[in-house]
Amino acid sequence: MTEVVQTPMAEPTKAGWFGDFGGRFAPEPLMPACLELEEAFRDAWADPVFHAEFEEVLHSFGGRPTPITHCKRLSEDLGITLLLKREDLAHTGSHKINNVIGQALLTKRMGKSKMIAETGAGQHGVASATAAALLGLECTVYMGEVDTQRQALNVFRMELLGATVHPVTSGSRTLKDAVNEAMRTWVSHVADTHYCLGSVMGPHPFPWMVREFQSILGTEAREQSQSMLDDVPDFVVACVGGGSNAAGMFSGFANSRSKLIGVEALGGAAIASGIPGVLHGMMSQILQDEEGQILEAHSISAGLDYPGIGPEHAHLASIGRAIYSTADDDEVLDALERLSNTEGIIPALEPSHALAWIIREAGRQIPKGSTVLLNMSGRGDKDVAQVREILQAKGRFQ
Amino acid sequence: MSRPRLEVRLRERVAAKQKLLIPYVMAGQSEDWLETVQAIADAGADAIEIGLPFSDPIMDGPVIQEAAVVSLERGTTPQSVLNDLGRLELDTPLVVMTYFNLVYRAGLDRFAGRLQEVGVTGCIIPDLSLEEFGAWEKAAERVGIDPVLLVAPSTSTERAKAICERSRGFLYAVGRMGVTGERDDASLEVDAVVAKVRPFTTLPVCVGVGVSTPEQAAAVVRVADGAIVGSALVRRLLEGGGPEGAATFIGELRSALDGVTLDG
Ligand SMILES: Cc1ncc(COP(=O)(O)O)c(C=O)c1O
Repeated sequence: MTEVVQTPMAEPTKAGWFGDFGGRFAPEPLMPACLELEEAFRDAWADPVFHAEFEEVLHSFGGRPTPITHCKRLSEDLGITLLLKREDLAHTGSHKINNVIGQALLTKRMGKSKMIAETGAGQHGVASATAAALLGLECTVYMGEVDTQRQALNVFRMELLGATVHPVTSGSRTLKDAVNEAMRTWVSHVADTHYCLGSVMGPHPFPWMVREFQSILGTEAREQSQSMLDDVPDFVVACVGGGSNAAGMFSGFANSRSKLIGVEALGGAAIASGIPGVLHGMMSQILQDEEGQILEAHSISAGLDYPGIGPEHAHLASIGRAIYSTADDDEVLDALERLSNTEGIIPALEPSHALAWIIREAGRQIPKGSTVLLNMSGRGDKDVAQVREILQAKGRFQ
Repeated sequence: MSRPRLEVRLRERVAAKQKLLIPYVMAGQSEDWLETVQAIADAGADAIEIGLPFSDPIMDGPVIQEAAVVSLERGTTPQSVLNDLGRLELDTPLVVMTYFNLVYRAGLDRFAGRLQEVGVTGCIIPDLSLEEFGAWEKAAERVGIDPVLLVAPSTSTERAKAICERSRGFLYAVGRMGVTGERDDASLEVDAVVAKVRPFTTLPVCVGVGVSTPEQAAAVVRVADGAIVGSALVRRLLEGGGPEGAATFIGELRSALDGVTLDG
């Protein structure tokens, strides 16, 4: 837990610390795998051949680069210039594909034949199953039982892609417990199995490695916004569950004047309501009680139902380089509907949190006339059944 | 409340050619859990692991997870467990086993101090890696608590050496790659893991994770100094075995280990 001055979003220390957060709090049976993974990732990431393959797969298979869309009608309503980075248009419908292609290629490079993954909303599970199918890996996905019900279609998608979905019945039966179960499984199968973690969390090197794989979207967005605006945006906004889409996005702008805003679900706000602690192998801001028992997050969105946050976000918050706010379930539903019917884009519930913040703060924290880049991390197809049910219960729609 | 130092006691027993039996119980799992601890001590345990329940135990399989849930639902807190332990009159060393967040939340020095006050003399924190061990190592040493470290079948020789140098009390050799839970003999990798650490330490080497039956325990101590039995005991307690059932099972394990000692 050494304090070192670091440039925002540089490499963590050798032991995986971003300031006071991160590290490697894994049981000894997993430590050799974490060390092996770090070495393999360092080696791959320094290898132009690996980079070329990663980028080629994301271009020819993953649909990259994704465009930036100027939301003209909503911009006019809000008195700002609103740009969306369209990760919803990437293959499988979210930014998750960037990370899984990287990790699946790395799995093969390490000579392992199996991947396990946890999933909340199902997007990371679907992306993992997709990458596994593409590269001929065996894939098992751990998913909280509550989420298998909320996201039944994604369970079927994973199965169609040849993956096995393992419902997790311990604890709150959501994302946190899916991570626990994936880690437990990894302990027994570490010799031939890679744990494809879905966000910038877990023990070192995961938070750093996942950010690096996601930085492709931030690098693209920086170039695209430069050529559209001849400048960087005034605000760069992303939703934060574990924080992978936000980390990828922020990494493209950390060295610029852009204000970086992360938006968490009100019921899972690790920065606003958490305190430092250790969960899932990392020191970070964690929702917990006075004794240190982890609290359950509660949100409309399975992908943000997580009581922690990636350690680098805890660090960016502590040094003030990024600001973290929240959105509640009602604002999120309003934002989802509004983008759908003013711009023809149905967003996932997760990035609807970031949009809700923008709608709420336009003309307040966001001065009129500002340019705002929102990371549209995923499309809403997975959520429409759930949203329909909620809106119908409120007497809206038939 | 003063009880024997963990390492001192275990070394004495090993020197006297006794094989070590270290059972695990989940603190607060039932009304009579303290009586269970007493019964286990009387039935021949050399040290007892006391699990402090944590909401997210990633090194534990279904049985110990369930016991943790039961215990937490009964309102168990680290504070309540330590208060209870302070009331025990025992000549058996107690080793607390828990996850790092509970220790970190309490404060490392405060937690170590509380353990010492209630007579706990060892502590195992499975998710505290060697890399992050330094602060806890100091806090524990200051008050005479032995911090026990783990070596796994996957641990490299170089790491095993470093872990052996810093573990106190005993060395916890993980008997198979996996989380806690009952298993058949086939999956145990005891010989290799014990052989890996012997050159680097004179500490008693005890094997845990997957040791479930008296036969397995006897097989384990043919190479190791002791056996740690968790899930098999906790399952009996979850099934309502109570202090008596626990004592019977510990008695069986004790005889099995003593049989090995007599064999020489
Ligand atoms: C579309 C979308 N956005 C965001 C997230 C949250 O993850 P992260 O915070 O790692 O970007 C998820 C997770 O499932 C998601 O599906």
